[in-house]
Amino acid sequence: MTISLDNQSVREASTHGVAAIELKGINKSFGPVHANKDIDLVVGKGSIHGIVGENGAGKSTLMSILYGFYTADTGDIIVDGKTVKIPDSKTAIEVGIGMVHQHFMLVDPFTVVENVMLGAEGGAMLSEGIARVRKELGRLADEYDMKIDLDAVVGELPVGLQQRVEILKALYRGADILILDEPTGVLTPAEADHLFRILRVLRDEGKTILLITHKLREIMDVTDQVSVMRRGEMVASRKTAETSMSELAELMVGRSVLLEVNKQPAQPKDALLKVANLNVKDDRGVMRVKNVSLEVKAGEILGIAGVSGNGQSELLKALSGITRAETGSMELVGNTIDLTKNHSSSDFRELGMSHVPEDRHRMGLVNAFSEYENSILGYHREQKYSNGMLLNVSGIREEAKERMEKYDIRPRDTELKAAKFSGGNQQKIVLAREIECDPDVLLIGQPTRGVDIGAIEYIHKRIIEMRDAGKAVLLVSVELDEIRSLADRILVMFDGNVVGERGPDATEQELGLLMAGVTDEAAE
Amino acid sequence: MSKGQLPRWVDFGLLPAINLIAAFLVSGLVVILIGENPLEAVKWLVWGALGYGEGVGFTLFYATNFIFTGLAVAVAFHAGLFNIGGEGQAYVGGLGVALACLAMDQFVPWYVTLPMAIIGGAAFGAGWAFIPAYLQAKRGSHIVITTIMFNFIASSLMVYLLANVLRPTGSMQPSTRGFEEGGQLPLLRHLFPAFDLGQSPVNLALFVALIACVLVWVLIWRTKLGYEIRTFGANPNAAVYAGISPVRITVVTMLISGALAGLMGINEVMGAQARLLLDFTAGYGFVGIAVALMGRGHPIGIILASILFGMLYQGGAELAFEIPTITRDMIVVIQALVILFAGALEHMFRPAVVAFFDRFAGAKAVA
Repeated sequence: MTISLDNQSVREASTHGVAAIELKGINKSFGPVHANKDIDLVVGKGSIHGIVGENGAGKSTLMSILYGFYTADTGDIIVDGKTVKIPDSKTAIEVGIGMVHQHFMLVDPFTVVENVMLGAEGGAMLSEGIARVRKELGRLADEYDMKIDLDAVVGELPVGLQQRVEILKALYRGADILILDEPTGVLTPAEADHLFRILRVLRDEGKTILLITHKLREIMDVTDQVSVMRRGEMVASRKTAETSMSELAELMVGRSVLLEVNKQPAQPKDALLKVANLNVKDDRGVMRVKNVSLEVKAGEILGIAGVSGNGQSELLKALSGITRAETGSMELVGNTIDLTKNHSSSDFRELGMSHVPEDRHRMGLVNAFSEYENSILGYHREQKYSNGMLLNVSGIREEAKERMEKYDIRPRDTELKAAKFSGGNQQKIVLAREIECDPDVLLIGQPTRGVDIGAIEYIHKRIIEMRDAGKAVLLVSVELDEIRSLADRILVMFDGNVVGERGPDATEQELGLLMAGVTDEAAE
Repeated sequence: MSKGQLPRWVDFGLLPAINLIAAFLVSGLVVILIGENPLEAVKWLVWGALGYGEGVGFTLFYATNFIFTGLAVAVAFHAGLFNIGGEGQAYVGGLGVALACLAMDQFVPWYVTLPMAIIGGAAFGAGWAFIPAYLQAKRGSHIVITTIMFNFIASSLMVYLLANVLRPTGSMQPSTRGFEEGGQLPLLRHLFPAFDLGQSPVNLALFVALIACVLVWVLIWRTKLGYEIRTFGANPNAAVYAGISPVRITVVTMLISGALAGLMGINEVMGAQARLLLDFTAGYGFVGIAVALMGRGHPIGIILASILFGMLYQGGAELAFEIPTITRDMIVVIQALVILFAGALEHMFRPAVVAFFDRFAGAKAVA
């Protein structure tokens, strides 16, 4: 079951004042991927309109179409009542659309004035342009309460102020409609609050703001209207005052067909994986996993639920030895491991851990390698794959062929490059490799992302089999149904914290609230 | 999914051929510009390279150098590392070869010296590659920059050593003393008198190079280390996921790469010159980059590309001799054009060929 477009609220939105932007029937495909399907959207003038959806839901594609980075395959864009074509960002600026990117497009060694002037210098000599920018910026900063030192070097400013420069840049170019793509991803909570104050001022002055985010709290805080995207479709539009975080969370994650999984009650035994006091920073130095402790017993599946981007990826990376943790230790099949040290993931494999990574293209597979070469990735040092000094290529091929039979990987060609298999079959290649090594502890991230229905069923069955064989399974998924149908216990992560534990019979509403960060204490 | 992928024969055969033809067409224009007949020029070039025994010998001699430096660049390339320092590594490797020869030539026959010379050349070449490798792996200093800089350092270092340390007293020439018989590789014209190789210096190092090709193939496609090198080169994230240490692979790959470049000294120093000369590398290290690119990183391709560049070197010299208006500098221009089209402009024709094959494949799928 999918949720059909809620026509009534769309109509309401369009009658509510004048529309600043109207999108009609926008379609965009990249090869086989239908990133935007028949998108309709009405954004009222002088409102803050939120667009929520998970990573990969198609939000960024839609905004890129609006800003002229991509051209829609079909569909109309209507700005201020006029149908416009936006082939490039120059045109977007001309019709009054400005964009603040997630990753700032600033020149670090330049000053604020120089950055704002970039692309609008005017004339061969700079002095005139500088004077003009300085005057206009002073006016804008006053009008919208955005104080900033015009001669500060941008690279030395804190992130919050850099973002302000981006907003000023857009306003300087005459933007009436501002698109902000995940603006708070890099901000501290205080900076985010300040940003929202600015956005409200901008709205009150008549600007229209499109806020792209996957953080529901922000949507509730600052928007007037909210539209939800899922898997390339616009699934609902609501007035913010008339919706709730849990409803939005449900809409975002979606209620796909509850897949029938036959399983007996779990019979958990000793804990094979214990994690204590784990804190992990990401590449940019932001703390993404905060004080997480958990244990997974033999014969049970522990599900980690949560909207993507709340620390699940970093959790998996730290537990599998790919990144170093700030604090924390792990007990893996009786071996105590200090996670603050550098480890090689092959050390953990030797202790009986295997890992199906969240992103098979970035990590789980080497796309340029043939299937049989991928079938030993991470296990290539094992004795059975060696023939003296050399790799036992014929043995590896033989085993790969058997696994292709067993896991029904198609086409049955061990020489085919990994890139040429479909998503489901690629995932089966990874799964076969990580299951056939007979681990004690199995980490699985997003096992069915981008996988067709038939393969999903198969993969779920395999995961249950691993549990029934007495393995400890840690399952991370953003698909709530997957978690609910597979896991024996569910931990919900929000903003790096484990905010609650539930049994498999927890309702979607209950989990949705937790996923939106409404914790047990707050809910009471 | 298969979009943008080319059949192997196109990737390894057609594309290099198109690049080569483009290079020769532009070269032909240059020849016309100076008022000569390009067909005549091609005739002399091919005849000079392959038309008679001595020409063939020289072609193979140059090809031997290119095989070593081409393999060096290719191995690093499989790990995603661009080793521009083949020139410096070959130069310092020559020193290792020379030291082994100087130490042993008076006491033992050449076949005892050869293994030590190979070890010396490889060790010195590898040593010269180690510092840039370490800096890249541990400090993130870009290996392209550091290896280029190390070429200059090698060059100055060798001038100092040859002029001040290794030069025999009384000699005016910045070179070591000549090696005795025990420090000289047999020339092929002596080993195989049945073949007419004229006075060419092609020597036993050719076989060392061919053995190196086999070993590199085995290393890259048949060993665990090669598997790790290719994984790291194709997808560094997957390498870390698989427990492959980027630091270790970067350093080990560059050591192998430097060692292969260093072996060039076997051909030049121990084979042809029987002494260590100033600037004996003469740019062969740089040509190795074009050879590796043109040979697609595969030993067979590298052998073919090396022979092609050997022909250009030898045939070019012949051409300059036969048609005096085409000077030595013109030959360098023609060689540079081939390097430009085969190496630097590698991707110029690729999009068009890919588009053509995509349409072709698409049409076939529809039908």
